[in-house]
Amino acid sequence: MRITQGTFSYLDDLTDTQIAAQVQYGIDRGWAPQVEFTDDPHPRNVYWEMWGLPMFDLADAAAVVHEVNRCREANSNLYLRVTLYDASRGRQTTALQFIVNRPQHEPGFRLVRQETHDRVIRYTLQSYAAEAPHGARYDGQDSLVS
Amino acid sequence: MADTQRSDRHRSRLSSGVMSYASMGFYNADYQPSDTDILAAFRVTPQPGVEPEEACAAVAGESSTATWTVVWTDRLTDYETYQAKCYRVEPVPGSDPPQYIGYIAYDLDLFEEGSIANLSSSIIGNVFGFKALQALRLEDLRIPPAYVKTFQGPAHGIVMEREYLNKYGRPLLGATTKPKLGLSARNYGRVVYEALRGGLDFTKDDENINSQQFMRWRDRYLHCMEAVNRAMEDTGEIKGHYLNVTAGTMEQMYERAEFARELGSVVIMIDLTIGYTAIQSMAKWARANGVILHLHRAAHATYTRQKNHGVSFRVIAKWARLMGVDHIHAGTVVGKLEGDPGMVKGYYATCRDNINAIDPALGFYFDQDWAWMPGLFPVASGGIHAGQMHLLLDHLGEDCVMQFGGGTIGHPMGIAAGATANRVALETMLQARNEGRDYLREGPAILKQAARKCAPLQAALDTWGDISFDYQSTDTPDVVATPTAVG
Repeated sequence: MRITQGTFSYLDDLTDTQIAAQVQYGIDRGWAPQVEFTDDPHPRNVYWEMWGLPMFDLADAAAVVHEVNRCREANSNLYLRVTLYDASRGRQTTALQFIVNRPQHEPGFRLVRQETHDRVIRYTLQSYAAEAPHGARYDGQDSLVS
Repeated sequence: MADTQRSDRHRSRLSSGVMSYASMGFYNADYQPSDTDILAAFRVTPQPGVEPEEACAAVAGESSTATWTVVWTDRLTDYETYQAKCYRVEPVPGSDPPQYIGYIAYDLDLFEEGSIANLSSSIIGNVFGFKALQALRLEDLRIPPAYVKTFQGPAHGIVMEREYLNKYGRPLLGATTKPKLGLSARNYGRVVYEALRGGLDFTKDDENINSQQFMRWRDRYLHCMEAVNRAMEDTGEIKGHYLNVTAGTMEQMYERAEFARELGSVVIMIDLTIGYTAIQSMAKWARANGVILHLHRAAHATYTRQKNHGVSFRVIAKWARLMGVDHIHAGTVVGKLEGDPGMVKGYYATCRDNINAIDPALGFYFDQDWAWMPGLFPVASGGIHAGQMHLLLDHLGEDCVMQFGGGTIGHPMGIAAGATANRVALETMLQARNEGRDYLREGPAILKQAARKCAPLQAALDTWGDISFDYQSTDTPDVVATPTAVG
């Protein structure tokens, strides 16, 4: 399966040039870029690992693409995303977020149904990858290097 | 000296009998509105022979303290505070019969804290049936921050909803399940599943789907949540279905909302027809229970559409923000339902911005300061399709929900394909916009190119590419002639 979190997941994977264009759009609006990665893409896993700190006051998107590539080299078989953060009053939240790297094989999720009272079912979503401990997910190629 | 004048005025103002509203003090051109006054702009069409100042004074009187004759019991009050004052009357250029915009100030003491029922009973309660007027429309209200802060505001707001759903930088996508009526719960859930797995974020009950004999609410909720969770499994995204909890009593609505929460639904919905107080109650419930609250503006066009009579939708949108819903339908510009581009832009700004500055082209008669009350998502719904994506993005921006009902479910390759077509069209157009392309002009070419790699988008463009709803709007600004956009 293909996880479709983030904007642009329904398009072909973005090239570095396309990534730079999106990051530049954010930088031009004063947003701070951040590279993040994870070995657990559960949709409610909010806190992906931070690849360094948010790059405040950056002028050129090239530095972000450079960090994306460094993070890719260290975590080639994990999910990476770029987050652009808007610190302005009334927002103070992520303004744009998109995936820039995926594992070769995306095992996806298991939907667990717990049948309870009166036909009510309690649903739980579990990442198949997260059934193995850190370091042993995605064919053992994930090292979670930061 | 001043005291003597005042008591003279009291004597004449309070002599028994009938006197003009203007001379009773309801028209006062010298009045300087205070920062805490609630200000109203009414479009007034007087009966022939009624002076505009008197007509506007009558509106001020009948929407505050006055009755048709002088009452001595006014003397028991500080009535000059409590009587509303019309402080300005402006003719509407080119109107026939003549219309006037009457600006009226209401002291904040006239209103109960945190109650739209009270505010609306005061300002639009009695006055609309007044015989001295041919027609009357409430165009806009200035709600001072002092009153804004007495309301809860959106249960979650745009920022929290995005963080809750983990979706940023793009409009959210939805669809209303069709046909509106008649599907069994099992078939209904199939539509929900297909639309969500295909790429939409939300699906929606329609306003009149409540609990009919062909589909009782509990069965619908169970099947819809199966569909939502299956789609989450397929995509790894958070998905939701607006479960309509509208019912005949508050007790039934709470029962349904609590069941939706128990099933893990991220969102419920209500109709505007349940009434302002019920909406405020559900907004409190939604915040307390972490459930997003969607408002369908059922019945609004009965009083918002005609330019000379009723209440402008921008007022309803202001009330919705105060009442505390997270979503409200606010027009599409390009779709099948009424909406002048400038007016719709104004509704969207009312939902989202912190400051709405005076702007006749957007229908803003006052500066509105929201005192940082969170914004809510305006929802575009009704006759829109993937081929209009460049226009929709340009008119509506990215903090909105775009709902493609027929444009998803009517797709020739199936519902999931219809959803994918919409999502691909949206992401393609956002990418082009962010890359600095002239997406509005190049829009059709951008979609055509994307469709080469996406058969569902190609089929959508082939099916609906030429469809537009180009009718003259009935509710337009007075000063700017804005043509309805062509889809």
